[in-house]
Amino acid sequence: MTFRLPDDESEKPDLKRRDFLRSGAAVAVITLAPGVTLTAFGGSEAEAGAADAGKRWGLLIDASRCDPDCNACVTACSQENGWEDTGKPETDAQWIRKVTLKDKATGRESSLPVMCQHCEEPPCVDVCPTGASFKRADGIVLVDKHICIGCRYCMMACPYKARSFIHEPIVNQKSWAPRGKGTVESCTLCVHRVDTGRIPACVEACAATGNKAIIFGDLKDPESEISRRLAEYPSLALRADLDLNPGVRYTNL
Amino acid sequence: MFRLLLIFALALGPAGVVTAEDHGEPISKMLPQLPPATGEPHPEGNEFWRKKHMELLSHDRNLTVREGEREIQASLKECFVCHQAKDENGTPVSADDPRNFCRVCHDFVGIKVDCFVCHRSTPDGVDEAAQRAGGEDRADMVRDGPDLEELFAYLDGLTSPEMAQTEGIGE
Repeated sequence: MTFRLPDDESEKPDLKRRDFLRSGAAVAVITLAPGVTLTAFGGSEAEAGAADAGKRWGLLIDASRCDPDCNACVTACSQENGWEDTGKPETDAQWIRKVTLKDKATGRESSLPVMCQHCEEPPCVDVCPTGASFKRADGIVLVDKHICIGCRYCMMACPYKARSFIHEPIVNQKSWAPRGKGTVESCTLCVHRVDTGRIPACVEACAATGNKAIIFGDLKDPESEISRRLAEYPSLALRADLDLNPGVRYTNL
Repeated sequence: MFRLLLIFALALGPAGVVTAEDHGEPISKMLPQLPPATGEPHPEGNEFWRKKHMELLSHDRNLTVREGEREIQASLKECFVCHQAKDENGTPVSADDPRNFCRVCHDFVGIKVDCFVCHRSTPDGVDEAAQRAGGEDRADMVRDGPDLEELFAYLDGLTSPEMAQTEGIGE
């Protein structure tokens, strides 16, 4: 019965100090009232991790280049992130789907992929009761499944129906894309790839088909291809009336 | 309070009997049998990690998820680089198997680990589905503990006056 742990705390590294050093950010704490403090993080946020506040990742989707019969982006996303069609369309996860729009007046149809639009003002973040739904410094909107309670408010709030709930136990997840029963999930803009300098799987797959309908890039960098194209050609946001300023933009719809 | 104390006494009782009688089995045999680890030992020492692993994992997971920090020290994947239990054929065992590194201790103390509802517990490519099918359901990771309902009923019986009378307890 001697599976005892040491009581002495002094030998442990000071985690708080480590936190501070790792974050590399200056912290200002203002005491408003006893027990109520206001903490502001500033300074070199870029050093804290790959999520750089100086960037905003986005996609530009050219509907005129999107082949109505092509499903490469959806397949690539599914393979990359380990979600699949299990034959239960009511409950299966859909991180990205192909949508066909038809202009009723003219009959013109256009095909386009729709995924999480990575809004600047994400309604899913507004409604999340636990803070699980959040926007990274570089504009990627994610679910922190560690604290997601599966209430699905975000699914109701999202005007793009971009989020899915996992209803059943899952096995054989990808190590870079953990997913599990009882949590909400959506397109992560392949955050694990972006953090290591790669492009999202859908963009890569679309380029591989030769259609090159999706461009990925930094919307805050005026020199990036996506910014130059956006500056040059007309584009639009889906449900622009909601004023969410999505990071995913469409042309030639 | 009395009830709680009694539960503790009952829970510890059998263990005390075993140690007192000492069937020639060393106490270390009764402790969790950890799978052998590979790689360099932790510079902070094992005691530190035994006590602090969840804090470290939780701290670094927030760095990764929230700030995109991928060069972190404490991650589940990193743990399993050295602490991967293997079966007879040398296949890494998943958290569905009681030999899994995490489960050895967590089963011992009766704590359910939620990590592997979402995370892999084996390297990419190992078929965890086969182990799930052959193993126990994750919901049953805390296995047959004492039936608390039965225990409470028994204790209620002990402390009620009628019971004390009929059984002759408390006279």
